[in-house]
Amino acid sequence: MTHTNLTHLQRLEAEAIHIMREVVAQAENPVMLYSVGKDSACMLHLAKKAFYPSPPPFPLLHVDTTWKFKAMYAMREAAARKAGMQLIVHQNPDALRQGINPFDHGSLHTDMWKTEGLKQALDLHGFDAAFGGARRDEEKSRAKERIFSFRTASHRWDPKNQRPELWRNYNAHKAKGESMRVFPLSNWTELDIWQYIHLENIEIVPLYYAAPRPTVERDGMLLMVDDDRFPLREGEEPVMRSVRFRTLGCYPLTGAVESEAKTLPEIIQEMLLTTTSERQGRAIDHDQAASMEKKKQEGYF
Amino acid sequence: MSEIYKTDALIAEDIDKYLEIHQHKTMLRFITCGSVDDGKSTLIGRLLYDSKMIFEDQLATLEADSKRVGTQGEGIDFALLVDGLAAEREQGITIDVAYRFFATEKRKFIVADTPGHEQYTRNMVTGASTADLAVILIDARKGVLTQTRRHSYLAHLIGIRNIVLAVNKMDLIGYDQAKYDAIVADYRTFAQSIGITEFTAIPISGLAGDNITTRSANTPWHDGPVLLEHLETVELNQTVEQDKLFRMAVQWVNRPNLDFRGFSGTIATGAVKLGDEVRVLPSGKTSTISRIVTMDGDLEQAVAGQAVTLCLADEIDCSRGQILCAAQNPVEVADQFEATVIWMDEVEMTPGRAYWLKLGPQTVSATVAQPKYQVNVNTMEHLAAKTLDLNAIGVATVTTDRDIPFAPYENSRDLGGFILIDKMTNRTVAAGLIHYSLRRAQNIHWQATDISRDHHAAMKNQKPMVLWMTGLSGSGKSTIANLVEKKLARMNRHTFLLDGDNVRHGLNKDLGFTDADRVENIRRVGEVARLMTDAGLIVITAFISPFRSERDMVRGMMQPGEFIEIFVDTPLEEAEKRDVKGLYAKARSGQLKNFTGIDSPYEAPENPQIRIDTTKISAEEAAELIVSKLIP
Repeated sequence: MTHTNLTHLQRLEAEAIHIMREVVAQAENPVMLYSVGKDSACMLHLAKKAFYPSPPPFPLLHVDTTWKFKAMYAMREAAARKAGMQLIVHQNPDALRQGINPFDHGSLHTDMWKTEGLKQALDLHGFDAAFGGARRDEEKSRAKERIFSFRTASHRWDPKNQRPELWRNYNAHKAKGESMRVFPLSNWTELDIWQYIHLENIEIVPLYYAAPRPTVERDGMLLMVDDDRFPLREGEEPVMRSVRFRTLGCYPLTGAVESEAKTLPEIIQEMLLTTTSERQGRAIDHDQAASMEKKKQEGYF
Repeated sequence: MSEIYKTDALIAEDIDKYLEIHQHKTMLRFITCGSVDDGKSTLIGRLLYDSKMIFEDQLATLEADSKRVGTQGEGIDFALLVDGLAAEREQGITIDVAYRFFATEKRKFIVADTPGHEQYTRNMVTGASTADLAVILIDARKGVLTQTRRHSYLAHLIGIRNIVLAVNKMDLIGYDQAKYDAIVADYRTFAQSIGITEFTAIPISGLAGDNITTRSANTPWHDGPVLLEHLETVELNQTVEQDKLFRMAVQWVNRPNLDFRGFSGTIATGAVKLGDEVRVLPSGKTSTISRIVTMDGDLEQAVAGQAVTLCLADEIDCSRGQILCAAQNPVEVADQFEATVIWMDEVEMTPGRAYWLKLGPQTVSATVAQPKYQVNVNTMEHLAAKTLDLNAIGVATVTTDRDIPFAPYENSRDLGGFILIDKMTNRTVAAGLIHYSLRRAQNIHWQATDISRDHHAAMKNQKPMVLWMTGLSGSGKSTIANLVEKKLARMNRHTFLLDGDNVRHGLNKDLGFTDADRVENIRRVGEVARLMTDAGLIVITAFISPFRSERDMVRGMMQPGEFIEIFVDTPLEEAEKRDVKGLYAKARSGQLKNFTGIDSPYEAPENPQIRIDTTKISAEEAAELIVSKLIP
């Protein structure tokens, strides 16, 4: 026979599908973490492929902080509906009551809304496996994380005590209360994600494309004034700039880049010619050296 | 200059053309093997740096880190790009498997970076398990060392057929050709001795950049490829895999509605096309491929490495763990294997203990016998061993509790590579490579019969089951079993009573009362009971069956829900007081050895479906209770 040379994207796609099917077969109550970003969009698309013609046999979970971009909220419901999946939204009630926000509470914001919120949601619904869109190329501690990443009953990750992971033979055995975080996009790079979105025509939040948006420059980052909760400092005046986002999170914590890229190829072009890495736009990593590793040990995705 | 730099211009000039090229890239996964001082991290850092995978902010961090903790004075310490976790950075070593990514316009690369110390054999094996190629690093000043042999042996063992011998730090030996040639010749002698027939040797310097991406002027005598060129052009495993026979393990049965039933999985080897005849193992049933379903539309053909959903023309039983294969050349089915076992847990192996064995989507219970030998990974010597401890590699007999379809590891990593999982801790404690089956089952295919077990049961108008009575000698098992059978017979149920004493007059008359013989006694009875349930019968058994693990073994043989454990609970004093057969007296006086309750243990059931307290109710009441619970 003639050989079919699978491309790198075809192999990555097959790997992600294989992983998702393993989780569904081995876990009792899986869920897919859905952050509305491009990696989530990609992961959701792969889930549809993995189980077609069935809808993906698990719900989507959005751990909300109330501080996401408006455009992300608009996209969220539509994406779940189109996939034929249930959408669960969780907001940490303690954070809600205390009015935790990124302007006044610094790293407590991420800790309470995201880390604690995620743990609450997983416990509340008894999910024993959660898909996440993290990639190994994003950050050094992730480069070492397994695809099936075991968590204790208190959601902790122990980087020194990971299970060996051989071939594509994944061990999802666990005791009651323990869980797995599963990363089907582990071996994808940022460029792979963009190429795949382009090739597969995957819908993404418009914020990834450049458009004139009201922004202020603060602490070396361009922040978008997405609603009137944004407290302007003395002398700050929102300026319309043509910007886009390389990564999406809470709008007060996500830096924009000035850009004219209005199509996917233009975005990819800018990305390839650019000289800063993706997570640079996120305030969370800059807190301290090895910050991500510490957050992950505590249960952050 | 290398190809990589030309692409930069294309990105700026014609991004669509660039994307078109890059969408057709293939992917190579490789592993780098070497110890801390061999310059492994430096080499990977160099590949990332030269292929422009490092962004400005990362470079700034790198420069700052190089000054703070680097080992290159004011120069850039590429190794810091690669050394990951905070704790490891401080110790100056990498201690786990880290994956790195870079790409050229021909290929995307995934590098598994693993440490080289002997105590991290498990990490190297983990990294190698998904790799197409291994780069074995040698320090040119030191030549072939013990660790070089160990890394080569492990890479070869795990099935990597593309080996690159990278003789590093050539700058430190003045690019001396004679010294290089001597190292390569030395390695060739060793490589051949362990079965590595081919390898590609390249003189490099990770630090100075010689022969990494570009041909070095310092080694004009080197007429082989430079490292990146070789990585870009070497033949991929997937091409080889496609030439093999078709095999796909079923991961998940896709059943959205009554009109669709598909079998989802990743094709392990070979190719499949519409109309191909396939056989499902272990059931042995055959059918033909009616559809190859993907969300992007049905395919005419699919090949190894693709994740697909296959539909069959006939409605045949097939579930997770079964293997679809070329009908005329199916995989073997067996329950005993010779395998290489790589132990990966701090707690050493217990020969004879039951572990979960996971082979692709199949999970079964398995035991590993005392190793035939252990391999000294530094000298390749075979050593006698009673067990295997962390990082030990040995060859042993592995026995599963049921027949499983498989392929030898050398034919397929997916169908011949298994992991062992500790049943208590759930940790992955070992990796195993199946070499061949040890039982004749490989030549005895399961003959599919047209009258199914459901049909047998339907004709008898009953649900087959096994009523397994366990309890001490003299507890009343046989009496109650007999009464139960009489009651069921009056209800027109088709039954059969297997009694412990009776079976020992025939089927099991060659067995005694040692622990091993007791285990075999129960195994045979379990097999007979299983056949009887296949025939649609309600089987009643009366055996002491003192060990929990054997009762669990029998439960595992039966269809789910068909094994009913009945604990005939009579305290030892009471049974001994009754002593109907006078056996307790003999045991107490020492005339009878290995008597349960006296000098051999009885492990009471933890959660029996039915518990009969014979000190409270009569045998007649007990039988009535059992029948009323089973047939409401």
